[in-house]
Amino acid sequence: MLRFIVRRLLVLVPVLLGLSIALFAWVRALPGSPAQALLGERATQAQIEMINRQMGLDQPLYEQYLRFLGKVVRLDFGTSVQTSQPVIDEMIRRFPATFELGVTALLIAVVVGVPLGYFAARRNGTWLDSATITGSLIGITIPVFFLAYMLKYVFAVKLGWFPNTGRQEARMLDVEHPTGFYVLDGLVTGNMAAFWDAILHLVLPAIALATIPLAIIARITRAAVLDVLNEDYVRTAESKGLTSGVVTRRHVLRNALLPVTTVIGLQFGLLMSGAILTETVFAFPGVGKFVADAIPTRDYPSLQGFILVIATLFVLINLVVDVAYGLIDPRVRVR
Amino acid sequence: MNNLLDVNDLEIVFSRRGRKDVRAVDKVSFSVAPGETVGLVGESGCGKSVTSLAIMGLLPKRGVRLGGSIAFEGTELIGLPQDKLRRMRGRDLAMVFQDPMTSLNPVVPIGTQVTEVLVRHRDMGADAARKEAADLLARVGIPDPSRRLKEYPHQLSGGMRQRALIAMALAAKPRLLIADEPTTALDVTIQAQILELLKELVRESGTALIMITHDLGVVAGMCDTVHVMYSGRIVERAQRHELFAHPRHPYTGGLLASIPRLDQPRGERLEPIQGSPRDMLAWSQGCAFAPRCRNRVDECVGEAPVLAPARPDHEVRCYNPLGGSDDR
Ligand SMILES: Nc1ncnc2c1ncn2[C@@H]1O[C@H](COP(=O)(O)OP(=O)(O)O)[C@@H](O)[C@H]1O
Ligand SMILES: [Mg+2]
Repeated sequence: MLRFIVRRLLVLVPVLLGLSIALFAWVRALPGSPAQALLGERATQAQIEMINRQMGLDQPLYEQYLRFLGKVVRLDFGTSVQTSQPVIDEMIRRFPATFELGVTALLIAVVVGVPLGYFAARRNGTWLDSATITGSLIGITIPVFFLAYMLKYVFAVKLGWFPNTGRQEARMLDVEHPTGFYVLDGLVTGNMAAFWDAILHLVLPAIALATIPLAIIARITRAAVLDVLNEDYVRTAESKGLTSGVVTRRHVLRNALLPVTTVIGLQFGLLMSGAILTETVFAFPGVGKFVADAIPTRDYPSLQGFILVIATLFVLINLVVDVAYGLIDPRVRVR
Repeated sequence: MNNLLDVNDLEIVFSRRGRKDVRAVDKVSFSVAPGETVGLVGESGCGKSVTSLAIMGLLPKRGVRLGGSIAFEGTELIGLPQDKLRRMRGRDLAMVFQDPMTSLNPVVPIGTQVTEVLVRHRDMGADAARKEAADLLARVGIPDPSRRLKEYPHQLSGGMRQRALIAMALAAKPRLLIADEPTTALDVTIQAQILELLKELVRESGTALIMITHDLGVVAGMCDTVHVMYSGRIVERAQRHELFAHPRHPYTGGLLASIPRLDQPRGERLEPIQGSPRDMLAWSQGCAFAPRCRNRVDECVGEAPVLAPARPDHEVRCYNPLGGSDDR
């Protein structure tokens, strides 16, 4: 198992190298120079050259790349054009918000999606099954942006059940945040009002973000359960007269959740792109909103940093998923 | 009656909307006495597996119509509520399936798959169950049982898996065991071992056994009574010695002729039954076996023959049985 993890971590190196080259080339190929973005339209040639020298943009490309790589390894992604702060600091400051949102969304997707898929499969061919299939199709195709807006309009603006922007009420801004995860902070500091407030702020964006993964997880679970229900070992389990709870948990779900686990790992990329849209709609101060703001301001250092961090996380999360898979499925473990 | 199991006029019809009904089992009746070993023999597709699944209450609820009666120690199983059936399955009647490679859960240790039966039906705690499970594995001839308990199915050979499945089936000391072609998926050398093991275990424990097979050779070594099925009906039944000595139905005769025998003259070829089970008549049009039958007479097409005594304790469903009509 340990060898397996180490091997997977080593695979990470070429993946990230390739990604860094791609990112470097991409930024160079973009129209509009960073110097111009920094200085505005009316900058003089001399000013632009000075900035270019400062940023090393007058060096040969490979040297620029090596310098870029050297910094990236030290987690130095440069300075954000938007805020003039180091990109890594901006990331660290905003990451807990996005993480909290993403985890909540994934939790909703799993907690609702898996049972939905399970019962749809068990009642295969009934209205519940058809409703799940149709609903999940709608869930997959509905644009996140649109859904987020509708949720906000109906439940925040019209009905006023939930706050419509941010992570915490303005009057609570002096609340302590030891971890940066506001829900957790509320618990840790014993401030139940802040805890509840943070949850209320999470509900709508998390639902918007959860919709697509939920729909996909429900579909995959349904298909996997249908497959497993036809397996001989489920019939064996039934022939032993086990309670339906044991048959379901130990013999059906444990096997059906294997493909679901893999899919959950793959949802992470979707979740991140969804976070950009959701955080923008709800003015949720996370990494996603920061990146959305980085695009019009040509904040390339921030974009690069974001993409590298997300890619690394994506690979790491899929590693965790593979390890989880190995824990469930002994056949993977021995290999 | 003091039979363990009484199957009476069992009918199993698969009916799906948009498809023609399939009458897989048609008025099948037989009984099993306590401790008796009964053979259910016939070619693939004749309805052996669905009969056993019906007895176990494991047929799908939708798309299947059941008729007749299945009584276990006087309790009618057809229509029994699921929770009552669940309490009987595994405890009173148990089953071993055909394919040991797919019949074990790949992600659950062998030990758990044995102990779950003990916990469920014998009220054992985890420790007692683990000890008993090791004993059970040892009894079915699995070496080093306490290590095997922790292993997963993929770490065991096919023969070992079937032994483990037998251990699970016998764990709660059922009074009836159904073995559905338990050796068909195994290597020839392993087949004999597994049959020997089953024979020994049911004799030791006094468990009644329904041995399902397409191979009369398997029946020869272990069954007290044999029922031969063809196309969803029983076509012949008798005690084993009687059946082997005086097969009456041409189909049984064909099955016997296709068993290799040690005393066979060299050079003589085995005679397979001609045609395939697909060349058959619906019972409503006559004898289903008629298209393949060497003894066919005119009456065979038209009204189906009934199961009638041919000799003492020997019934056959045929207008023109083997052995002529002299000793009828
Ligand atoms: N789920 C099902 N739906 C429709 N027909 C079925 C189903 N299962 C079995 N049958 C039919 O029932 C008949 C008997 O099958 P089975 O009992 O499996 O035969 P075998 O004697 O080989 O065990 C076959 O003709 C088969 O086509
Ligand atoms: Mg069968």
